[in-house]
Amino acid sequence: MEALILPQWDQGKVSGLLVVAGAFRTEGMFISLQEPSLYTVKAILILDNDGDRLFAKYYDDTYPSVKEQKAFEKNIFNKTHRTDSEIALLEGLTVVYKSSIDLYFYVIGSSYENELMLMAVLNCLFDSLSQMLRKNVEKRALLENMEGLFLAVDEIVDGGVILESDPQQVVHRVALRGEDVPLTEQTVSQVLQSAKEQIKWSLLR
Amino acid sequence: MLKKFDKKDEESGGGSNPFQHLEKSAVLQEARVFNETPINPRKCAHILTKILYLINQGEHLGTTEATEAFFAMTKLFQSNDPTLRRMCYLTIKEMSCIAEDVIIVTSSLTKDMTGKEDNYRGPAVRALCQITDSTMLQAIERYMKQAIVDKVPSVSSSALVSSLHLLKCSFDVVKRWVNEAQEAASSDNIMVQYHALGLLYHVRKNDRLAVSKMISKFTRHGLKSPFAYCMMIRVASRQLEEEDGSRDSPLFDFIESCLRNKHEMVVYEAASAIVNLPGCSAKELAPAVSVLQLFCSSPKAALRYAAVRTLNKVAMKHPSAVTACNLDLENLVTDSNRSIATLAITTLLKTGSEGSIDRLMKQISSFMSEISDEFKVVVVQAISALCQKYPRKHAVLMNFLFSMLREEGGFEYKRAIVDCIISIIEENSESKETGLSHLCEFIEDCEFTVLATRILHLLGQEGPKTNNPSKYIRFIYNRVVLEHEEVRAGAVSALAKFGAQNEEMLPSILVLLKRCVMDDDNEVRDRATFYLNVLEQKQKALNAGYILNGLTVSIPGLERALQQYTLEPSEKPFDLKSVPLATAPTAEPRAESTPITAAKQPEKVAATRQEIFQEQLAAVPEFQGLGPLFKSSPEPVALTESETEYVVRCTKHTFTEHMVFQFDCTNTLNDQTLENVTVQMEPTEACEVLCYVPARSLPYNQPGTCYTLVALPKEDPTAVACTFSCMMKFTVKDCDPTTGETDEEGYEDEYVLEDLEVTIADHIQKVMKVNFEAAWDEVGDEFEKEETFTLSTIKTLEEAVGNIVKFLGMHPCERSDKVPDNKNTHTLLLAGVFRGGHDILVRSRLLLLDTVTMQVTARSSEELPVDIVLASVG
Repeated sequence: MEALILPQWDQGKVSGLLVVAGAFRTEGMFISLQEPSLYTVKAILILDNDGDRLFAKYYDDTYPSVKEQKAFEKNIFNKTHRTDSEIALLEGLTVVYKSSIDLYFYVIGSSYENELMLMAVLNCLFDSLSQMLRKNVEKRALLENMEGLFLAVDEIVDGGVILESDPQQVVHRVALRGEDVPLTEQTVSQVLQSAKEQIKWSLLR
Repeated sequence: MLKKFDKKDEESGGGSNPFQHLEKSAVLQEARVFNETPINPRKCAHILTKILYLINQGEHLGTTEATEAFFAMTKLFQSNDPTLRRMCYLTIKEMSCIAEDVIIVTSSLTKDMTGKEDNYRGPAVRALCQITDSTMLQAIERYMKQAIVDKVPSVSSSALVSSLHLLKCSFDVVKRWVNEAQEAASSDNIMVQYHALGLLYHVRKNDRLAVSKMISKFTRHGLKSPFAYCMMIRVASRQLEEEDGSRDSPLFDFIESCLRNKHEMVVYEAASAIVNLPGCSAKELAPAVSVLQLFCSSPKAALRYAAVRTLNKVAMKHPSAVTACNLDLENLVTDSNRSIATLAITTLLKTGSEGSIDRLMKQISSFMSEISDEFKVVVVQAISALCQKYPRKHAVLMNFLFSMLREEGGFEYKRAIVDCIISIIEENSESKETGLSHLCEFIEDCEFTVLATRILHLLGQEGPKTNNPSKYIRFIYNRVVLEHEEVRAGAVSALAKFGAQNEEMLPSILVLLKRCVMDDDNEVRDRATFYLNVLEQKQKALNAGYILNGLTVSIPGLERALQQYTLEPSEKPFDLKSVPLATAPTAEPRAESTPITAAKQPEKVAATRQEIFQEQLAAVPEFQGLGPLFKSSPEPVALTESETEYVVRCTKHTFTEHMVFQFDCTNTLNDQTLENVTVQMEPTEACEVLCYVPARSLPYNQPGTCYTLVALPKEDPTAVACTFSCMMKFTVKDCDPTTGETDEEGYEDEYVLEDLEVTIADHIQKVMKVNFEAAWDEVGDEFEKEETFTLSTIKTLEEAVGNIVKFLGMHPCERSDKVPDNKNTHTLLLAGVFRGGHDILVRSRLLLLDTVTMQVTARSSEELPVDIVLASVG
């Protein structure tokens, strides 16, 4: 008889399991006993308008494997690409974002992070690229300037620490002058533009 | 600047990705170009970009191929093309953890770091630190110190940030650079100042005095960098938290002064720090709340979001402090950023009045589908809190919850909704029928097993008590037909409960159960067969015992007892009464506003606590043959003041005919060791002290345990309440506090403890009866007794209920411990098990006139417990 009663407590066990499974994200319920730290940025992402990764840099182990990263990027893109609302909370992380034509820029930090700091990083990245691409912030221009992007991100954030927040400084440091394209291949406006930039730099120095 | 890598790319198509079809092996093949002389910088830079792009896409490079490419790349240091050089630095950093022997570029990087080209120096420092380990760090230490104080900001920043990264593995080396960092902290460049302060803090964070000095030094002179301000605010607020000291401290003044900073970032950081300080008063919050209020109307979405999120936090603890912002929050309700709108609404729900609920709920339901699950859970939590605050609003809120339940959503979200609905049903009997029928609808299409079984359980419990129970049968039986085994088993149990409580439905239930007997799954079949057999007996007592009310014993205890039984085969049948009872949850299992799941944990702890006691007691030879442990008192009673020489706390253990008192003693005198410690007990009633089990030795500050065994009176079994006067007896031996050496000679001494009371609650274990009425009928009225009392000192029903529950130590069933408002009668239902394993049930009708009159009816399967309960109440 005793053994047959088991179904009864089985029900209790089910609800008991529920308690165990209750690793509940009580976002904002706890007072942050966060260690003050310079490590502000968890990731910087640039996706195209299909949600595919053009650039991704993760600075900590929140998403250790490529698979988890891609899943996170997919989620982030689905939640943000239709709205232009600048900030969201996703998977317990604060995400600030911005889009331009066919590009989506994301800066991700912990939900305890100062949202305005993350915003400063996003703005710096966007403005730097905008200058480097001569306001032409779109996928094709970016892909043709990949090394510029790599170098710019490297100047803005180093290992999760904000290295520079002033786009002028970033552009200046990246200083992609290199071997200039022969004049014949440039349009008049491009020449003027590059002349302008050069003057600006010389003034800044 | 806009470069064209290849003419072909341009022609091949608008917007296409030139990196799209990169083959790893082909790219690595291309890297052989690096060995050609002269170097073609443009081509090489492009190949490096391709490699970095591949790594960036998550392509995996093997150690050998990475090392090969890395070595080829080192040749490129011969070129002086700036872009190429910078791309080399990046490649070094990316490959530092993939390729082997990356340290071979150390000298090249050291050269660049100390060279003339400023644009190389910063990145070279960072690349170098990335490949350096702690042994090599000493070699470049001199250069690092120079770089930290370099006048070029990018070099200084790079050195400081790299030092910060290096702290993790080479703390001792980096520690020596504090003076340089200190110098950099007064730099005019905002980033250098920020990085220097950060490094200084991380080096000194374990030295509280140094941190305080640092804060006061830099806050006095003011800082240039808003980032540095944010950092200092965090350091200051952490310092404040650790001090948990007064708010007059200069630290708090500093944070507050930052509310007037010209940078929004700093102002917000300060406001958020104040809000997060534990135990902040409304007055201290006020200035922070008012800056947040200003931010609510900012054109920047991030700022509005930050502000409303922080206000939401404030509203959880101090809703009144946020009321002033209600107007601004109202404006955010229609914000295009749905996160902001959701936070604004949930904040308003906490601070607003009852009248605004309908409007806010309508508003939020218009965009519920657009927000992420995280925020949906926030909304459900807000609703849950509202239901407790305004029970009259349950109709509106329920409707809202049901529409949310029908939409798509993840498990956490759905579970939050179901939890919330169940709690409303429990609180509010009017909402029961609608609630149940909506939940029925939900399980028709529910992908989460846990939720489905949970709802089926609830249906089985509540459904039969409704006016029209038959309408639930269809839903439940559908589960048997359509679902997988776990849900089917739950549905079978639910069906049986209907059959047990409703005679009209019994024949059809039997038919349904007969069909389940043919199920594929063992568990489902066993349940169906078992229930079928019980129901066919048509005996209320069986129904109550085996269908409606579950097992009351502790599951781990049962497992152990059964294992024991199988190890020692005997003729006697297994006796369920020998299994210790599960400790019923002591508190109402739901604390305010926290999710239901959180509060249930203590139950488990309590169960294991009794297990521990049982094992400890079983190890004492004097206590053999007492039988199973029946109950241990939940909280130890202190028999001394907390600050005295000796600290003694007592836990009472009840057995069938005995009690064991466990005294946990601590000796707080460091110049004494106590030996042979016992607690002598003088009972006032007929109890008899059988033996003392002493604690052999009680050195300074090491807790020890002694026991006293008492036999409960046999001739007058109703005398359960008893007071013992206690005295601790021991031998004192002086000892040297520093060496711990003890004198040979000791002397007898005693120490008077406070009196210890044994009450009726110590003899009764709480038991949860899900269906009290069934249990009441099961016990029968053979030993029923009834008496009426007047409680002259008690003025309210709540107070009376609380006192009775506490006094009898029994479990209030069917939520009868909650007294509805504005009523002057109430029935309290209590269940317990008396020592020896007899169920005892008490129904207590209360009437409030000027004082409370109480009619107590007690039932049990034995006469004794009934007598004892009534005698003790009187």
